Amino acid sequence: MDSAVAFLTSKIPFLASLPFWVVAFLVMLVVALVILGFALTYEGIATYIERKVAADIQVRIGPNRVGPNGWFQFIADGVKLLMKEDLIPAKADKFLFVLAPYLVFVGSFAAFVVVPFGISLIAADLNIGVYYVMAVTSLVVIGILLAGWGSNNKWALLGGMRAAAQIVSYEVPVGMALLPAVILAGSLSLQEIIRSQGGYLGIFGWNIFHNPFTFFSFFLYFTAALAETNRTPFDIPEAESELVAGYHVEYSGIRFAFFFMAEYGDMFVVCALAAALYLGGWQVPFVDVSGLSPLLANLLSLGVFLAKVIALILVMMWVRWTLPRLRVDQLMRMSWKYLVPLTFVNVLGVSVWVLAFDGKGIPALVMSLLGR
Amino acid sequence: MLLQYANVLIFMALAAIVATAMLAISRMLQPRNPNPVKAQPYECGELPFGHSWVQFNIRFYVIALIFIIFDVEVAMLYPWGVIFRKLGTIAFVEAFVFIVILLAGLAYLWVEGDLEWVREYRTAEEEKRAREEEREAA
Repeated sequence: MDSAVAFLTSKIPFLASLPFWVVAFLVMLVVALVILGFALTYEGIATYIERKVAADIQVRIGPNRVGPNGWFQFIADGVKLLMKEDLIPAKADKFLFVLAPYLVFVGSFAAFVVVPFGISLIAADLNIGVYYVMAVTSLVVIGILLAGWGSNNKWALLGGMRAAAQIVSYEVPVGMALLPAVILAGSLSLQEIIRSQGGYLGIFGWNIFHNPFTFFSFFLYFTAALAETNRTPFDIPEAESELVAGYHVEYSGIRFAFFFMAEYGDMFVVCALAAALYLGGWQVPFVDVSGLSPLLANLLSLGVFLAKVIALILVMMWVRWTLPRLRVDQLMRMSWKYLVPLTFVNVLGVSVWVLAFDGKGIPALVMSLLGR
Repeated sequence: MLLQYANVLIFMALAAIVATAMLAISRMLQPRNPNPVKAQPYECGELPFGHSWVQFNIRFYVIALIFIIFDVEVAMLYPWGVIFRKLGTIAFVEAFVFIVILLAGLAYLWVEGDLEWVREYRTAEEEKRAREEEREAA
């Protein structure tokens, strides 16, 4: 941030005459606009890809009318949603009904502040990064509950209550499954955690290969995160075949789109966290990015990070179109009886490992045995 | 350091502004054909009956109570995780005691059946009668 401001003021004399906070504000605004643009474009393209993946898995063609191979389908969808009539049920609680999409959308977008896109491409490297993401994404629960309650519709209320119970239950395993990476790096800042996974070990420097407990932690986190984002097999709150559409059944037009965009935004944030904490984030295997020129290093790390995140998102889609939906009681059992105790054991296991081997992982131990 | 948090405010404000702008654009483009039937709550084509603001099932409260305990615990363990490597063994012992106490709580909930989604909730009188029957059977 400071360096960006210093760079701009040295290049453009007009900016130098302005006070520091004005320039800083402008920089932040531009960064926020760029990331918002990225998020909206990604959310559009992700809906198209999701439909194509679904079609491939179910051996059909999927959208193929708008543009070559249906590539512009998401633009057509967006325009269509903008032009739909926006209905508010007569008996709805109008204030809550209108407020809910804002909370969901703002909550999901605010998490993008700490997504580490590249070696220096991050809106703000908050020193409480991981914690901040967990705090902000909780806003989404409130939005969903308000949507379910405000609609004054039985399906919506059932969906909203289930969503609140589910997201709240899976927040505990999500938090505990992220803790091992925090313990290993000794920091909550996402950039610090990613930097701690670099070095001569290449992909074996990643936290997922550090020790057996972190290996499990990654999968526990990914499972719990699927539930946090209400994705199949944990999409009980939406459950189109029993609750019609759950909490957003009464929403139409652009307000419905906010819920949809927030879901895809949450998917991105969840996968970005998984990639940053366990899969080395923007670290390019066997290449020390920080030694390259700034432009090249940023482009390379951005590409690697996006590749990892998109791979994880594709796995999420694959899971969605492969597994059947769980029942409510199975869902609760999964969280409280399996995931919570397992993540606790994992945290204790990682801390014992850190004490026993002085923080070294299996790959580093093997290398030291081989005399490196 | 504090300036970084301005980013958070800007992101949130920008998201809210963009959402409002999209709603405004949509308002200009969309048709408006109000109709009393359209404004009814959707119940799969049936005529809606009754009120939908019903009382929550008690098990949602149980889940919420369990959640608060464990979420506070996660919140407590994060700062511990950050300085764990500096403090070493003593930090591990403290966290171990903390986690074991909470796991004991989880085990208690498990035995009591509060982790079951499908369970009977008995009134105080039914509970009393059931206990008496148990005693007689013994």
